Amino acid sequence: MRRPLVGFLRTTANSVRDLAPIAIVIIFFQLFVLQQPIPNIGEIMVGSIFVVIGLTFFIYGLEMGLFPIGESMAFAFARKGNVMWLLIFAFALGFGTTVAEPALIAVSRKAAHIAAEGGVIEATDTAIKQYALGLKFTVAFAVGLAAVIGVFRIIKGWPVQWIIIGGYILVVLMTTIAPEEIIGIAYDSGGVTTSTITVPLMTALGIGLASSIKGRNPMLDGFGLIALASLTPIIFVMAYGMSYL
Amino acid sequence: MNGAIDEVLQFAVTFLHTIQDVIPIAVIIFGFQFFIIRKPIPNLKRVLTGFFYVVLGLALFLQGLEDALFPIGKMMAHQLTDLEFIKHSTEALEQGITIHWSQYYWVYIFAFTIGFSTTIAEPSLLAVAIKANEVSGGSIGIWGLRIAVALGVAIGISLGCWRIVTGLPLHYFIISGYIIVVIQTIYSPKLIIPLAYDSGGVTTSTVTVPIVTALGIGLASKVPGRSELIDGFGLIAFASLFPIISVLAYAQLSQWYGNRNNSKTLQASQNRTDRKLTENKG
Repeated sequence: MRRPLVGFLRTTANSVRDLAPIAIVIIFFQLFVLQQPIPNIGEIMVGSIFVVIGLTFFIYGLEMGLFPIGESMAFAFARKGNVMWLLIFAFALGFGTTVAEPALIAVSRKAAHIAAEGGVIEATDTAIKQYALGLKFTVAFAVGLAAVIGVFRIIKGWPVQWIIIGGYILVVLMTTIAPEEIIGIAYDSGGVTTSTITVPLMTALGIGLASSIKGRNPMLDGFGLIALASLTPIIFVMAYGMSYL
Repeated sequence: MNGAIDEVLQFAVTFLHTIQDVIPIAVIIFGFQFFIIRKPIPNLKRVLTGFFYVVLGLALFLQGLEDALFPIGKMMAHQLTDLEFIKHSTEALEQGITIHWSQYYWVYIFAFTIGFSTTIAEPSLLAVAIKANEVSGGSIGIWGLRIAVALGVAIGISLGCWRIVTGLPLHYFIISGYIIVVIQTIYSPKLIIPLAYDSGGVTTSTVTVPIVTALGIGLASKVPGRSELIDGFGLIAFASLFPIISVLAYAQLSQWYGNRNNSKTLQASQNRTDRKLTENKG
């Protein structure tokens, strides 16, 4: 019974460490630069405690259940050799992990509220929820697709930079036709997607695959999945914005 | 007392919504396990407990997000752009003098500090740095890479804030950034390229993203003439693009430095053997 407790405390320490640099910087600015009263300081303190406890449970739960089983499945599919199932699994893994990504939930909510205030969508609760949900699933679909392309690339041994540069060109072309209001959200969605859940599982898939194919360097081929996963959402979110015109 | 009940009710609603977020990954894991791999899940009880913790943690986090992270980002943006804070006098205010972008310097300093401190403390970055050190055979230092990425994020976010203040179009910056990355890619050591590309994605953590997003939107709402929708987003994009540039630059620098040192030692040993040869001859 002692072991889980130690693990839990270690996870708590990590969450505190996540929040600590932000807290230090903000306290420093409040005390020495701004010197203004903080509104709702009580609520902010309680909320920060929620963030720390929430992040702790979230990551502790991931390490307990999802990561071991997800990683062993990623390795199993990478080694089994059936390309069709491997690609389906890659898509599902990319999609599923992204839907549960807390940072993406946060940003899609914010984006929906701002879109409602800006008059892009109706300012009703249902319209906002629908927009946020649509945004989230668009990004998840894009990450799933990125996983498929990335896995296919590792099997074929194509260099990652050509796909990335091709993606950049596509982003630039899309930017010229996408509505102005979506561009910022689209560009941001690339960085938001690859976070707590997606990165470890996608990396496991990539490295498992690269190490099971002869003549592949896990270093060179295993990475690069994350880069693809931060590129495709930009393209797809711009397309999503165009569908709202 | 009513407030507490409201809070609990609100949390219950968030908790139920959070289950929806976790259902897809649960369905995928269990579905593939039962129908494709066709083996029972080892430690099923443990896995289920883990999923319960994930849902509980996510619900608590989202509650804290609305109560703390979003308000903090917004508050910092509002206080740092407060006219009284910037002008230090209300007279100038009454005269209606427009504010030059350089007068928002505390915003840029704050953005830089937040970017640097959160990135340098990021555990996943440390893992990437250790791997990069191994791949490069030691020529890429662990601390060197961490500082390179942290500087990239810091410069990215503060430049992003400057863009919001000036209202310049976001895509000019991102497209120029892409062009720089492409040029650097051509001249960079091949092994570092995937790592550099990935370093852009891993640096923005779950706590940093909401604060930085709220900071950008808060800035856009306070700076005169900016729209939250058009100008408010983009900080995360800056924070993911600039580390790619700074990591590639760092890799190029350390390669160049390594080559120079190698050729120096080579030359030195050459000289030594030459001297020995002449001595022997003499």
